Amino acid sequence: MRLRRKLFIVSDNDKIIDEVTSSDYKYGFSTEIDSDTIEPGLSEDVIRQISLKKDEPQWMTDWRLDAYKVWKEMDEPDWANVSYSKPDFQNISYYSAVKKKQYDSLDEVDPELLKTFEKLGISLDEQKRLSGVAMDIVVDSVSVATTFKKTLKEKGIIFCSMSEAIKEHPELVKKHLGTVIPKSDNYYAALNSAVFTDGSFCYIPNGVRCPMELSTYFRINEAGTGQFERTLLIADKGSYVSYLEGCTAPQRDENQLHAAVVELIAMDDSEIKYSTVQNWFPGDSNGKGGVFNFVTKRGICETQAKISWTQVETGSAVTWKYPSCILKGDNSIGEFYSVALTNNFQQADTGTKMLHLGSNTKSTIISKGISAGKSHNSYRGLVRMGPRAKNARNFSQCDSLLMGDKCGAHTFPYIEVKNSTAKTEHEATTSKIGEDQIFYCQQRGLNPEAAIALIVNGYCKDVLNQLPMEFAVEAQKLLAISLEGSVG
Amino acid sequence: MLEIVNLHASIDNKVILNGINLKINPGEVHAIMGPNGSGKSTLSNVIAGHDGYDIISGDILFDGESVLNFPPEKRAHLGLFLSFQYPVEIPGITVSNFIRTALNEIRKAKGEESLGASPMLKLMREKMKVLEMDKGFLSRSLNEGFSGGEKKRNEIFQMAMLEPKMAILDETDSGLDIDALRVVANGVNALRSDRNAFIVITHYQRLLDYIIPDFVHVLFNGKIVKSGGKELAIELEKRGYDWIKKEQK
Repeated sequence: MRLRRKLFIVSDNDKIIDEVTSSDYKYGFSTEIDSDTIEPGLSEDVIRQISLKKDEPQWMTDWRLDAYKVWKEMDEPDWANVSYSKPDFQNISYYSAVKKKQYDSLDEVDPELLKTFEKLGISLDEQKRLSGVAMDIVVDSVSVATTFKKTLKEKGIIFCSMSEAIKEHPELVKKHLGTVIPKSDNYYAALNSAVFTDGSFCYIPNGVRCPMELSTYFRINEAGTGQFERTLLIADKGSYVSYLEGCTAPQRDENQLHAAVVELIAMDDSEIKYSTVQNWFPGDSNGKGGVFNFVTKRGICETQAKISWTQVETGSAVTWKYPSCILKGDNSIGEFYSVALTNNFQQADTGTKMLHLGSNTKSTIISKGISAGKSHNSYRGLVRMGPRAKNARNFSQCDSLLMGDKCGAHTFPYIEVKNSTAKTEHEATTSKIGEDQIFYCQQRGLNPEAAIALIVNGYCKDVLNQLPMEFAVEAQKLLAISLEGSVG
Repeated sequence: MLEIVNLHASIDNKVILNGINLKINPGEVHAIMGPNGSGKSTLSNVIAGHDGYDIISGDILFDGESVLNFPPEKRAHLGLFLSFQYPVEIPGITVSNFIRTALNEIRKAKGEESLGASPMLKLMREKMKVLEMDKGFLSRSLNEGFSGGEKKRNEIFQMAMLEPKMAILDETDSGLDIDALRVVANGVNALRSDRNAFIVITHYQRLLDYIIPDFVHVLFNGKIVKSGGKELAIELEKRGYDWIKKEQK
């Protein structure tokens, strides 16, 4: 753990910044879609078709239909501090087994995209996978994946796609799906429950410590990123797992709307670390295009369990996301570490909810917002101390960093305390990168972009330190790249 | 090494430097003294390339080349160093991280290979020893929560690491107690050689007891109005600046 801090050094600044000529998100693919698609629109029929195509059992079909009924009665929420034109839900195709365009070699891939990969230090094999080069030629990855699978199996860990879990482990899915985020939780969660196509499922058995970051495997295997992803992660008593989601590499996607649901269940004495790096297409510098990312993420902690959310959000045109913890068991712990960076016309409304139910529950919130360009960045968080939350503690720190004078930073903290022994602390700061800081760095030989990257990385350190090391290094570079061209 | 030719500069249309001429050769130490508001800090900022000032006329030559159009980092790459009067804080970035980044940026600009972690650390330890600094210093956030003295010591530490050709010490003595002053001065003296040069900006003669200057200049109303040897500093200490002000009227 100490090692991570030491390695946390901006020695690569030169590499990242200097080659850079433009801050545009360049990956101009014209993707020819070859897919098996259901007609656009949403109805009970469409949901039955999805379920049928996925060869699901009846209980799953019924579950989806139930969710659809709930969704039909709901209105799209408009309380977030974002503005966008609402998607037309009858004009979306809800089942599309899209085959991404395949290339035969990296030579055919947009050189700009490859440049970005290089800057991020992504391995050749992974570059191939991310840019859609046919993977069957990469023997190494396949064998690595096989080794991982074997190790996990020996420990009794189940890690597979949601579709597979529904078929192979119906008892676990049936028991836990929708228990943390009910179908009726919110508009997008209900929609997801009705139409989700795939996602990941993970179960760590009693007392098992998962020996690897589950991303390593995930990133090689790519268990299907879809428009409506559904993830369910169950840590049984006394177990531990660290799960990484997403990727620092720019993710291209044909779908404008993303409404994922992630449920975490941490049983007694278990711990889940869930890290996300999100870099969906944010739209061009005029604010055109870009992904809408409306995600519901929540975990429940039983006695003495711990859930820790870490996120680095740099992508999407509109982000609406509040990874939360229900601290149900006594002595349970919830943590939320977040860096949200917005540039150009991006809008982010993100934060967390810490719901303290049990006694001696503890939560920590560290949120670092960075706004550049004409973007808007909001922190929205709720800390609720229930009547039984004796001696519960919360510490929140919400910092905003502004670059330029056309962006906005907003903080909406909500605090509700129903137990007089509970304590909450809230600290907030807003700062600008000072010209004197940049000049100081320049005087020591750093160019302005390297200076900003350094200052921003320092500002985010508390959050980046929470990420697994290789992810942290990539995230650090990603922040620098996302801010290119925002100087002056 | 550094030549300032008839330099006029202003900020917000207010003229601060009013025809500065100064020539500094390798191996020399020049002290610049002067009352508050005489333009001392402006001069150091302008030499370092701060873009908040307008250069009205004149030139700054470094090794014979005009650097007026160079950004600050390029001047740093050429070997110019400014020890700031008020060093800024950069939270979350450790002293060692910052110095490593700076040193490698400069090495890269010179076409040299970057220095690896372990020789870097060794070098840092050596320099810290001279400046009587605690090892824990390296892992603290840059200037965050530093006392005035620690900040100044950190500036000299960076100077020792970067080994500039031309260093400007802007009121490095302010905020230092007498012991720290001696340590910092020792650090500077250890770096003096016939290949580099220093400008020492100070209000007080005290620092010049430790860092012996070859020349002393008095800056007043944006102009060097008097130059002399070390004895000029002693005279100023005795008589203050009033007689100089009167001479100018």
